[in-house]
Amino acid sequence: MATVSVIDELKKAQILELLEQGKRIDGRALDEPRKILIEVNAIPKANGSAKVRLGDTEVLCGVKIQPDRPFPDMGDKGLFMCTAELLPLSHSTVETGPPRDDVIELARVVDRGIRESHMVDVAQLVIEKDKSVVGVFADIVSLDYDGNLFDACSYAATAALLTSKTPTWEMIDDKPTVVEGGEKQLPITTIPVSVTMGKIGNHIVVDPNGDEWDSMSARVTITTDSDGNICALQKGGSDGFTQEEINQCGDLSIKIGAKIRTQLKSTQEEYQKNG
Amino acid sequence: MGGRDATMVLLDENGIRCDGRKIDEPRKIVIKAGGLKNADGSAYIEFGDNKILVGVFGPRDVHPKHMSNTDTGILRVRYHMEPFSVDERKRPAPSRREIEISKVIKEALEPAVMLEKFPRTAVDVFIEVLQADGGTRCAALTAASVALADAGIPMRDMVAAIASGKVADTIVLDVNNEEDQAGQADMPIGYMPSLKKITLLQLDGVLTPEEYKKCVDVGVKGCEVVYELQKKALHDKYFGNRGD
Repeated sequence: MATVSVIDELKKAQILELLEQGKRIDGRALDEPRKILIEVNAIPKANGSAKVRLGDTEVLCGVKIQPDRPFPDMGDKGLFMCTAELLPLSHSTVETGPPRDDVIELARVVDRGIRESHMVDVAQLVIEKDKSVVGVFADIVSLDYDGNLFDACSYAATAALLTSKTPTWEMIDDKPTVVEGGEKQLPITTIPVSVTMGKIGNHIVVDPNGDEWDSMSARVTITTDSDGNICALQKGGSDGFTQEEINQCGDLSIKIGAKIRTQLKSTQEEYQKNG
Repeated sequence: MGGRDATMVLLDENGIRCDGRKIDEPRKIVIKAGGLKNADGSAYIEFGDNKILVGVFGPRDVHPKHMSNTDTGILRVRYHMEPFSVDERKRPAPSRREIEISKVIKEALEPAVMLEKFPRTAVDVFIEVLQADGGTRCAALTAASVALADAGIPMRDMVAAIASGKVADTIVLDVNNEEDQAGQADMPIGYMPSLKKITLLQLDGVLTPEEYKKCVDVGVKGCEVVYELQKKALHDKYFGNRGD
């Protein structure tokens, strides 16, 4: 990791040179995300799941839903948590062991985007106030890597949640007990979509692939909701953005996000239609 | 998290906030450059009720050695909260939140520090939050810039930081702890005023596209105010009358 090969430097120069002509190394427009393939219910044992392929980046999200104790002073709300982990099989540089700071950031950014949009209506996930609530856990793992895990993880979690079914519980003898035939959709209020943009030279590119990811000096991930509002943002990388660039990225995230939301929505509708 | 007081008025009919401030008024900010004897550079900031101490060491040898880079120096940042800094005792080990904040502060400082002048070395920035009251990452980043300057490390600019946000449907400057818990959005911004570059930006909470742009604008203007206080702190130390 510490050594940078000559090929890498040449490739970076080529990426920048192409961008100066308004082109990208894989032929996409600057504001064009890669093709997204979504396979929902990939893990039928989970309450919801989705495998998402964004270009050659592939991630898998499984949702588990189970009774849990509420946080103290949050007894009238269920739990929602989203985690992300890089699997060693997804790239040669991924090592086992405690997560590095970039993986912790990835997990927290993906969690924040969904949490801040209030996608899962946790107020509806209470079994008995202050005693027992429903916990929704969306765990994401990487399978294959070619840049931009942020968006791949976000789409996988969103698609998995949109197609999740939750059992119903009631308190019997002070214990949460599953109600037969009480399976229903998760209460969903909005569809958050994250859009990650990289800065290479003075150019902003949407959904950077692996080579672009290694070439960019800074990035920003912006999550929008179904109303076209912005609900979360994270800047990263060791360079800055001008105020104009940040405004431009905001506009881009709304425009691109709307298209991706349409795809997520039709995936959900198709899945529900086919039972 | 939690502890929300539903009866608290966040913004009254005269546009006065729960702690008596106007919507574009930051909390009281006091910055002191220097203060630590052993550190190569240091700074102390009081940002409202936040109390944060920063010590900088370096450029110095890198340990472990494999982390060093032959092309450039590296910046390492540790943001850490004392167990007694918050209402409920915080476990002393670094939390995932602290690891993320360390990373975003590091990346916010990197564009400002001329690390390329010191290949194979490291500059270590140690941030200790002694008392926390909302907005620690901005206060910490502000103080860290002053500490780096105090250490005499060549810099392109200082990074000033403050949070803007949305409280009671209004865009306000410098979100405090109560407003962060009960408010609608919080946007920490780090900005290099001379270079006009945003180097730290985060957001949680829902904003319309117009509010988003306004929030960035309010934050950038706030950073310019903080910047003057940073310069004053350095000026007071190096050109002050007392000559300390």
